[in-house]
Amino acid sequence: MGLRYVQPAPGFKQYLPKDYVDLIDFGPFGKEVDASQLGQFKEILEEHPMCAGCWMAYFVRVFYASLPNPEDTIVLGTAGCARLALSQAAVPFIYGNYGDTNAVASGLTRALNLRFPDKQKDVVAIAGDGGLMDIGFSMTMHSWFRREKFTTIMVDNEVYGNTGGQESGMSPKGVQLKMAPKGKKFDKLPATELAKLAGCVYVVKIAPTNIKRLSKVIKRAILAARHFGPTFIHAYTSCNIEYSIPTEEVLKDAREREKKDFGFEEYMTDEVRAFFEEIEKKKKEVRA
Amino acid sequence: MPEQKVVDIDYLFKEAPRERHFITGAQAMAEAVKRANVDMAIAYPITPQSEVMHLVGDLYAQGYLKDYYRAEEEYGTMSAIAGASRAGVRVFTATSGPGLLRGIEAIASWPGHRIPAVLGVLTRVVNAPLSIQPDNIELAYLLHSGVVLLHAENQQDVFDMTLAAFAISEMVDVYIPVAVATEGFFVTHAKGYVDMTPEDMKLPPRDPYKAPVPVTDNEVPPARIQRDAPVQKSNFMSYLIHAVWQQEVWSSTQRAMKYIYKYLNGPIEVVNPDADVFVVASGCAAAQGREAVRYAQEEGLNVGLVKIKSIRPFPTKEVRDALKNAKGVVIPEHNIEGWLSKEVKAAIPNSGIVVDGPRVYGGMTLPVELIMEEIYKILGIKQEKKVVI
Ligand SMILES: Cc1ncc(C[n+]2csc(CCOP(=O)(O)OP(=O)(O)O)c2C)c(N)n1
Ligand code: SF4
Ligand SMILES: [Mg+2]
Repeated sequence: MGLRYVQPAPGFKQYLPKDYVDLIDFGPFGKEVDASQLGQFKEILEEHPMCAGCWMAYFVRVFYASLPNPEDTIVLGTAGCARLALSQAAVPFIYGNYGDTNAVASGLTRALNLRFPDKQKDVVAIAGDGGLMDIGFSMTMHSWFRREKFTTIMVDNEVYGNTGGQESGMSPKGVQLKMAPKGKKFDKLPATELAKLAGCVYVVKIAPTNIKRLSKVIKRAILAARHFGPTFIHAYTSCNIEYSIPTEEVLKDAREREKKDFGFEEYMTDEVRAFFEEIEKKKKEVRA
Repeated sequence: MPEQKVVDIDYLFKEAPRERHFITGAQAMAEAVKRANVDMAIAYPITPQSEVMHLVGDLYAQGYLKDYYRAEEEYGTMSAIAGASRAGVRVFTATSGPGLLRGIEAIASWPGHRIPAVLGVLTRVVNAPLSIQPDNIELAYLLHSGVVLLHAENQQDVFDMTLAAFAISEMVDVYIPVAVATEGFFVTHAKGYVDMTPEDMKLPPRDPYKAPVPVTDNEVPPARIQRDAPVQKSNFMSYLIHAVWQQEVWSSTQRAMKYIYKYLNGPIEVVNPDADVFVVASGCAAAQGREAVRYAQEEGLNVGLVKIKSIRPFPTKEVRDALKNAKGVVIPEHNIEGWLSKEVKAAIPNSGIVVDGPRVYGGMTLPVELIMEEIYKILGIKQEKKVVI
């Protein structure tokens, strides 16, 4: 169990940095926390250098607060804005090369299963729209076709944010961005449709306006990946810099997009549905 | 599949009995994998490599490996190899020419990730124009990647070097990938005698905790719950850390040398050390160099061979010593650019004694006569051009 490795040996605690000790005493390790409790526990992600008001940064924060098993989770990221925060979180993080997340995660997940057949290790790949749907497209798709058991989260800001605002395959048709000086000529790639076709067992499209719901689907995606196959969350995480959205209007923008083309969609196979129903039932029994 | 017992690395290399088999280079590579206690292999087809990974697939089907799959393409292959290795298992893959180049961004990042993977490189022309023949220009691209690069002359070398590669790559003071290259077809698809260790003996398993950098399995203290990824903090930190890390990777490559001495009898082999003229060669060009030495002996000429087994780390000191009294050096190569020739010239103080070539490329064979011609030129022997009909 990873919890053991998080905790320092007796007598050693006093020599550790305060930040570390606080994470052990007041962090989410070994506890069931929820994003709705943000502010009541020490978070896995605190400092990060992403832009002020960046919705993606907030998403990453909520993501870490939603992990069902943070002490046994490994996060993979890639080039792109999100990795600036992911790499500073208190959960092991792997950065390989741009777009490789789902291939690296395939090898990693299989190897962890070989080494720890009786322990659950959660693997989550979080990458941008460019990382997953452009440069890493074939690796993303093939990890799904192969039914690799890990979660993929696309933080879709509809642009190459980290390299200064170029068009991506997920940019909406018509928008004028760098490298699309006359506007984008084709539609957003149908990421969630592709995920379903490719065999993902749990697929969500979400504009993260409702933190509780977001937290729930992140947990669900990770739990379903443990037992049934690949899972995918497509989250709209606007880039206020490249799309010139004033910080105070970021949430408003997300709500508008939610009404327009980012309405909440949750797909799951019958097997996964039955699995969640069973969990809900057990929770109710415990409460009763 | 026979029950395999784990034996000590040194025992397997130095004492275990050996039995002679007549097998192809591809078989020799797979036979080494069979004895290396490999956990997982990932394959993507390309001629002439495919044969190797077919055989490794058979090993998986027989139970020698625990996992194996055909990946989406080579970039995906090399990235997944990185992921699996970072989780602590022993991994193997192989590729050729265009496949190597497709995977090279990932491969070049393996040393920095401190990934002790073993990579077979079965050489093939790099396009264009298309050819599938054994030109070894692709190895030039690996020279600057930080991997340890061994170059096999024949089937026996393929077996020994591949088995040694697994041991060397996981040494705590090395811990970087080892590539074992040989010429496609000439070695992979041709048979030769190979003295092999028994198939019921294998290397000890990878110990993921015997490592200079922790594996990513959430089981190892010191915990990575320190929120400090300095590379992301500032450009200054990023320069500094990258610089220090590179120094460490390249020092690791150098530290592999002592194990190359231990398990492969050193990075070079010298035939006739007191020769006037040396053929310096690696890979299957060394076999032709060996023939040239035999021809020369029959003609009463004092010619020797320096076979270079390890291209990275490059045996600068050893080559310099071996060539200190040479009057001339001939470097036959299977590529147009002459990467080995550049390495040798940079290693010796009197590079003027080196003849650039002979070189064949596009996958042509390397006739011994071409090497002899250069030897005659150095020795001032005028040769009648004979045309045999
Ligand atoms: C092989 C390679 N090509 C290009 C880049 C440059 N690059 C870094 S981040 C990035 C774009 C990131 O866009 P996205 O994946 O959408 O993430 P975002 O920054 O928008 O979150 C690019 C093109 C790279 N690092 N590696
Ligand atoms: S560039 Fe955009 S996506 Fe990237 S950190 Fe800034 S606001 Fe966020
Ligand atoms: Mg983006």
